Amino acid sequence: MACSCGNAEENQEQYLAPLYDVLAGYECKEKDLIPVLQDAQEEYGYLPQDVLQEIAKGLGVPFSQVYGVVTFYSQFHLEPRGENIIRICMGTACHVRGGDKVLDKMKEELGVDDGETTEDLKFTLESVACIGACGLAPVIMVNDNTHGLLTPEKVPEVLDQYRD
Amino acid sequence: MKSLAELTELKEQAEKKLRVRKSSGKPQIIVGMDDCGIDAGAREILKKFLAEVNQRDLDVIVTQTECSGQCDQEPVVTVQLPEESKVTYGNVTAEKLEQIIEEHIVNGNILEDLKLDQ
Amino acid sequence: MEQSIYRSHILICGGTGCVSSGCKEVRSSLEDELARHDLEDEIKVLETGCHGFCEKGPLIIVYPESVFYCELKPENMEKLVEEHILKGKIVEEFLYQEPVTNESVRSYKDIDFYKKQERNALANCGHIDPEEIEEYIATGGYQAIGKALTEMTPQEVIDEVKDSGLRGRGGGGFPAGLKWQFASEAEGDKKYVICNADEGDPGAFMDRSLLEGDPHRIIEGMVIAAYAIGADEGYVYVRAEYPLAIKRLRIAIEEAEEYGLLGDNLFGTDFNFDLHIKEGAGAFVCGEETALMASIEGKRGMPRPRPPFPAQKGLWGKPSNINNVETYANVPDVIQDGAETYKQVGTEGSTGTKVFALTGKINNTGLAEVPMGITMREIIYDIGGGINDGKEFKAVQIGGPSGGCLPEDKLDLTIDYDSLLEVGAMMGSGGLVVMDEDTCMVDVSRFFLDFTQSESCGKCTPCRVGTKQMLDILERITTGEGQEGDIELLEELAENIKSTSLCGLGQTAPNPVLSTLRYFRDEYEAHIYEQNCPAGACEELLGAYVIDGEACVGCTACTDACPVDAISGEAKEEHQIDEDACIACGACVEKCPVDAITQ
Repeated sequence: MACSCGNAEENQEQYLAPLYDVLAGYECKEKDLIPVLQDAQEEYGYLPQDVLQEIAKGLGVPFSQVYGVVTFYSQFHLEPRGENIIRICMGTACHVRGGDKVLDKMKEELGVDDGETTEDLKFTLESVACIGACGLAPVIMVNDNTHGLLTPEKVPEVLDQYRD
Repeated sequence: MKSLAELTELKEQAEKKLRVRKSSGKPQIIVGMDDCGIDAGAREILKKFLAEVNQRDLDVIVTQTECSGQCDQEPVVTVQLPEESKVTYGNVTAEKLEQIIEEHIVNGNILEDLKLDQ
Repeated sequence: MEQSIYRSHILICGGTGCVSSGCKEVRSSLEDELARHDLEDEIKVLETGCHGFCEKGPLIIVYPESVFYCELKPENMEKLVEEHILKGKIVEEFLYQEPVTNESVRSYKDIDFYKKQERNALANCGHIDPEEIEEYIATGGYQAIGKALTEMTPQEVIDEVKDSGLRGRGGGGFPAGLKWQFASEAEGDKKYVICNADEGDPGAFMDRSLLEGDPHRIIEGMVIAAYAIGADEGYVYVRAEYPLAIKRLRIAIEEAEEYGLLGDNLFGTDFNFDLHIKEGAGAFVCGEETALMASIEGKRGMPRPRPPFPAQKGLWGKPSNINNVETYANVPDVIQDGAETYKQVGTEGSTGTKVFALTGKINNTGLAEVPMGITMREIIYDIGGGINDGKEFKAVQIGGPSGGCLPEDKLDLTIDYDSLLEVGAMMGSGGLVVMDEDTCMVDVSRFFLDFTQSESCGKCTPCRVGTKQMLDILERITTGEGQEGDIELLEELAENIKSTSLCGLGQTAPNPVLSTLRYFRDEYEAHIYEQNCPAGACEELLGAYVIDGEACVGCTACTDACPVDAISGEAKEEHQIDEDACIACGACVEKCPVDAITQ
């Protein structure tokens, strides 16, 4: 987060302020690492290096362990992500009911590949393992909302709900 | 929670609120609520039955039904006690309502003079 | 003044499935209509957990008549309130229709899907408000923990669970009482109980529904386990993908604390117990118990060799008992009704009921809780209503990525832990995915290997490298590049991975391949030797589509559907497909009204 305006230190402090608030809510032991990362990601949208370093310091765990945990769990992201996260279920029930066709249509509509974010940072597209709403297969989640019984034709309609 | 007795007491209180979801084997008061019934004042009768049942803390289901074809006798109310045949009362008023509860529901005596022929 | 007793309760399903099909909108419209008719004091609307019949959502049950309405829309509420709630006329058009007979069914108790079930663990799901502890208490909730704490010693609790024959519902089927015994006997000043709610098996969602629909039952089961083994602290490890389950569980824990059912000196004894929620972060392997504990500790969720088992050295090195959600859900009944009563249901080796998640190409998808020992045919045809779209049954996949695919001649097999192992499948968490003639069994194997391969944590070589090799071969076969010897190579790899992997993930990963090779070997052979996918699912093996000129009515539906403009022809005239341009996506086939397009 270095910048050339001469207020780097102050800016950095401001930038990390939300993280300090997060840390203040925990005992700051090793066991808090995953919840802290989850809260920090909620705050920043992703996990920038500065934030991870500060978390390592705050919890007193090696940075290598923080990095190891972040890269192990699919929930954590090191790159900026879209405002809306689209998760396409690739579970068995969705697979046999045509979930891959929904994914293809999504890719086409958004112009991104699986795991990528649109240039305007509006949407991130991810295929995920079962989200446990198999009764409604094929199903996707946009943020915390589940959309079920989808067909490729219904994809634009769903996306429109999340465009301004 | 200090004891099992305290929990059981709480359970009994809580069960009352869920009575309506266990209707089988319970006395039922069924109010005719089709247009003909409503025109004759069945809504008020239904509300009064409910209030009365609540006040007396009775485990009785108060529910509504469609027209039984006796429109000129509305409001029509049917009382169904467990394992007994249905008894239908016509032209039910607030006064008759109390009698029905007191005599039929609580004491189990059919009010022959108010009863309609089926 | 709020009336203490209402004349009617309207229960609206607020499970994840129904939320996605619009139950919130239905509820607000329902409340508006009730207000319009001045019925708020007479009718109570409440939101329940999942009824397990998600495909038919949004669902409503109206009490006292217990009328079941499904697939409701907000605009239906006007009629429903006016006709049924006010005037007492059942609205036929919103009732459920049996898929086979097309008959309307009034009460949910009479629907085939529910009629054949025996709902014990799920007894309250869909029937009580999960955010209202008193509703759980009204159904007899927390009586079992009261009984255990005030009338039984910890060892008596363990003996009762042992005697009940309750086995772990999460997959392995290890006797729960025995697990508790080990944890109870382990030396330690501090012990933990853990609930594994990291339900990751594709095709399984019973744990989610239990947590969403009846969270107090899980809490009660855990408190009983804690008392039995002498633990004073517990964790529920829930997938982050289940936000509603986490919310409901959080509310339930707060309520239980408020009512003194969690915390210190429960039921006036010196027994204390605190419960925490730990959210997973997206790693399937964390369903493995040692990996799960590593994750709670804030580490990468990787399994470690056992022994020592968690009962000796578990969370932070302390003796720990870990069971799955559904297992804990069975515990209150075992204690309250006694082992003898519990054992009346099920088979000798597998007592009680099991919840199956019925999905795939089947008419009634949803959760089915049935006695152990029922046949697969009863579940699929009597409860599930058979295969949809008039297709032929081909296979049922049971047990998720650890399980196997069973063919038609195994439909009459009675289901229990041991019978399934004998035929090369396993109970797993109880996912049942039904497949029809259009499903390619090689593709299904590839699908599962793709899943386990990407979820392999990478710690041990057989799983990390072996599953990758198997996946490569399966990809080769499904794209028409299969070679002679591939089948044998798959079998060899499978046996090696099974016997040498560190944890359950690797040890069971080859099962989908082995079971399909056992029952559907001819499909593998057709792919490899004839470059043919008998189910017509593997796109690379399919030729272009052709239109039967005689049958074509020239409606142009196919031309509009084709994404690559490979179909030409004037309206009302015969159409043609350009074979070179056709990508065999099948979009035209779905649109053709006269079934004139074939491959």
